[in-house]
Amino acid sequence: MTIIEDSPTTEREFGRARKRKEDARLITGRTKWTDNIQLPGMLHLAMVRSPYASATISAIDTSEAKAASGVVGVWTGPELAGSETGLPCAWPITPDMKAPTHPSIAQGRVAFAGEIVAVVAARSAIDAIDAAEKVIVDYDDTTPVLDMEQALAEGSPLVHPELGTNKNATWIFDSGEAGTGDSADAAIAAARTDPDSIVVQRRYRQQRLIPAFMEPRSTVVDPTGEQITVWSATQVPHFVRIFMALVTGTPESKIRVIAPDVGGGFGGKLQFTPEEVITFLLARAIGKPVKYTESRSESMVSSHHGRDQIQQLTLSAKRDGTVTGLKVELLADMGAYLGLVSPGVPILGAFMFNSIYKFPAYRFECTNVFTNKTWTDAYRGAGRPEATFAIERLMDALASELGREPMELRQQNWITHEEFPFTTVCGLTYDSGNYEAATAKAMELFDYDGLRREQAERRERRDPIQLGIGISTFTEMCGLAPSRVLGSLNYVGGGWENAAIRMLPTGKVEVVTGTSPHGQGHETAWSQIVADRLGVAFEDVEVLHGDTQVSPRGLDSYGSRSLVVGGVAVSLAADKVIEKARVVAAHLLEASPDDLEFAAGNFTVRGTDQSTSLATIAFASFDAHNLPDGIEPGIDAEATFDPPNFSYPHGTHLCATEVDTETGVVTIRTYVCVDDIGTVLNPLIVEGQVHGGLAQGIAQALYEDGVYDDSGTLTAASLATYHIPSASDLPSFTTDRTVTPATSNHLGVKGVGEAGTIASTPAVVNSVVDALAPWGVDDIEMPMTPMRVWKMIQSAIPSSTTGGNA
Amino acid sequence: MIPSTFDYEAPTTVEDALTLLASAGDREVKVMAGGQSLLPVLRLRLAAPELVIDLGKIDELRGVSDDGDAVVIGAMTTHDDVVREPLIRQHALLLSATAQTVADPQIRHRGTLGGALAHADPAGDMGAPALALDAQMVIASLGGARRTVPAVEFFADLFSTAVGDGELLVAVRVPKHTGWGAHYEKMNRVAQAWSMVAVAAAVRVDGGTIAEAKVALTNMGVVPLRAHAVEQALVGRPATAESVRVAAASAAEGTSPMSDGNADEEFRRHLATVLTGRAVLAAAGI
Repeated sequence: MTIIEDSPTTEREFGRARKRKEDARLITGRTKWTDNIQLPGMLHLAMVRSPYASATISAIDTSEAKAASGVVGVWTGPELAGSETGLPCAWPITPDMKAPTHPSIAQGRVAFAGEIVAVVAARSAIDAIDAAEKVIVDYDDTTPVLDMEQALAEGSPLVHPELGTNKNATWIFDSGEAGTGDSADAAIAAARTDPDSIVVQRRYRQQRLIPAFMEPRSTVVDPTGEQITVWSATQVPHFVRIFMALVTGTPESKIRVIAPDVGGGFGGKLQFTPEEVITFLLARAIGKPVKYTESRSESMVSSHHGRDQIQQLTLSAKRDGTVTGLKVELLADMGAYLGLVSPGVPILGAFMFNSIYKFPAYRFECTNVFTNKTWTDAYRGAGRPEATFAIERLMDALASELGREPMELRQQNWITHEEFPFTTVCGLTYDSGNYEAATAKAMELFDYDGLRREQAERRERRDPIQLGIGISTFTEMCGLAPSRVLGSLNYVGGGWENAAIRMLPTGKVEVVTGTSPHGQGHETAWSQIVADRLGVAFEDVEVLHGDTQVSPRGLDSYGSRSLVVGGVAVSLAADKVIEKARVVAAHLLEASPDDLEFAAGNFTVRGTDQSTSLATIAFASFDAHNLPDGIEPGIDAEATFDPPNFSYPHGTHLCATEVDTETGVVTIRTYVCVDDIGTVLNPLIVEGQVHGGLAQGIAQALYEDGVYDDSGTLTAASLATYHIPSASDLPSFTTDRTVTPATSNHLGVKGVGEAGTIASTPAVVNSVVDALAPWGVDDIEMPMTPMRVWKMIQSAIPSSTTGGNA
Repeated sequence: MIPSTFDYEAPTTVEDALTLLASAGDREVKVMAGGQSLLPVLRLRLAAPELVIDLGKIDELRGVSDDGDAVVIGAMTTHDDVVREPLIRQHALLLSATAQTVADPQIRHRGTLGGALAHADPAGDMGAPALALDAQMVIASLGGARRTVPAVEFFADLFSTAVGDGELLVAVRVPKHTGWGAHYEKMNRVAQAWSMVAVAAAVRVDGGTIAEAKVALTNMGVVPLRAHAVEQALVGRPATAESVRVAAASAAEGTSPMSDGNADEEFRRHLATVLTGRAVLAAAGI
């Protein structure tokens, strides 16, 4: 990676590797984190959380806590029961979906360890925490439900007895029924009896992950004003405002929500949380500002988790390698409750298991299951990493069964670049892509053939350090989302994004965006778009966001949507500013608007040297002394963009791992990715997104595991036991790009926020499995810990020392 | 989280610290060195001492000196100083090599040798090299009294040492191992995590023969353990990979490793042999 120094030139901003203007304050922490906010008379909250995964609460004694130093009050479930409706689920995937009520504070029973049972308000945070330890709760604990398959078995204890089942919903897509392809069941049945066909069945486990954003969640609520102001470390301030109104019965117009600077989210802050509701309710009840900031330990057990699926996969193919059918049967762990989009997360993967391959027949069936664990919801990639993992592992399995070179097998089945736009077996239309180009570039950077030779040599000499090569040729759907498509999936809400541009009288520009950055660099990127479009200096553009009073319309940031939906809206708003300004400019230049050219911030009468600047027009429309008749003062403009399609970034990721067969340690030697994310606005920000995404995807393959013990206690409840890799655990990545512009937006951009995470996990697992192919290993459960790898080697007998590929 | 409230004292001499300890009576007291283990424990409220005595301002506890046949390292010498200090590198390289692997740079700049040894975490790194090098722990009590305890007696049990009530570990006296090769072979899940198993090895090779060898194991029991069988099998053997492989096979003898999610007992025993082989090879420069 090359760091390009900023220099004061007039070069085009689009495509320029600008360093992020927001980083100095974000990195030093001298900025507006929610927990930095101090208000006069502010009270602090501490939560009392259940240590049991499943229990009824027989008594809560708050008397000692209430008498403790600095304590203003202690509340339990019954005292807050009437003041909220319970937390919402915005994605009821089926009409008959079973959903438990989800109170912010437990009402007589708890369904996971970490659930809030009481809350203390005190004059200082330490008083609140001290008093919380004095709340005495009597629990009658019952056997928790921890395993998805056991949860569905006859006679299992129930997470929510009132539902009568641990099944949330079953959601099915069948290309035969949908008319977008043939029946997968028929294709697989036919393959079973056809000597020229093969059926490959595999079961994969997607372990539970914890988003582990850097800034713990924090909420401050100030009720001392006409509007109750909520500051929260959230990705979704606009969602929070709407749901806070609905859940607490406060008119939406009486609530202002601000997401100040937010330190990471990865989907983990795409949530409307019990803690936000409780803080709001107590501030409203007490009439004073109230703050709640979680500890890291609380964050690990109570912020939502991600992934956690059991994947049963059946693929049929001709013996020549042509795929003929794919059937996906999933169990997805919801945990104890449904969050904002929990049931829909696996459904976001439903359309991606077929990936870049031309499956003629496809069936997806997912059953969501309740267990007595922290609830799951969106985590970087949300459904699509699971899908990509399954298909990329499965393509390797097919290659292995057929004795084929895994890349060549993929190439045989993928959509060629001449075939775009391509309508898939799921009915999605991939607008653009070039899998051949990305793959060719990646193979060259990786020295694929050279590494294969080395692999053969190491096998030949029985080197204790074996080499594996893993492939992931991925695509994903992001840029959430066309509103109509969301509607067809029963999602409660749209997928558009809004932007406004304010032309200030002094020539400076304010850009208002409905997206809500939490580390992505929107302030820099949106400034680049506007600087280019309006011909103003990058430094003269200020980006405003994350405050429902400043940015009243928005649908926030997640699903790699910010640039491809929100950034496009910014660009459209700039175009509207130009068109408004053109009328004023024509008036001042005494020319026809049609005769004006706009370039580099100036309107020029075509064929003359007569011109005026946008800044001049901005002031002229501010003082309004000389405007055309019928033209309102001001050239501010607003635009809303509802994307016509998803965005389909793709790429080829290649991973070489060295597997120490004596210790089971896996070391990534080379990681090459060539991503195609369409036109690139800021290559440096793209690098950052790809590097971070790779780290998280690799972490799933090798390190992270949200594991519970038999009593339902999260054992990975701190960063000492939940293993997040650091830079020293990861290789230096080789990243590159190909560019096939998106056709679904005029900037040609595709999302990049999740690509690295989605693509990398199967590349790593494929490479380790490939390294151990001579031992007959065909799967290793994630995370591939040294112990798991070593035990796999111990339990296998080397089949040969010169095995073929994968 | 925020720790429970505690009183805090930061004495400037060892005698003042001992006086504070003596006068604490029945109060629960924790002595803080670099705080890199204690502070997380306090913040998680796994401990709630009434008094914390911070040794950070006691200058006499820092620094390294040459004492003839030994190097004397003040208990409050940081890991980073142990890594860099020329006297230690020259005469007790194993300690430097091990300190280099402790956690991350921030922790190495705060955490101390004495603090790590007195904490006696079985997965902590500094116990094994101290044991391997036959370090002597200098323990002070009120009135200027000093007693010396060999490392093998110092580590009593899980998080428990020979430092008694009213006492402080003030220095570590390490016999000179000038000219010995040294290596600490460590395995952990991620760079900043505790050792699953690690092996500290110091070897003196003379004319192609292993003249002396000292090997100790981290996290193969509740305390650091010497791998005497390995040492005996090495001494007098030619410095070759084959000698080392044969000797390392007995690394897990007499150990009693625990099982956890990262490594069960069987895997730890296996790792002990593999890592011992690698540590000795590296130490011997083979």
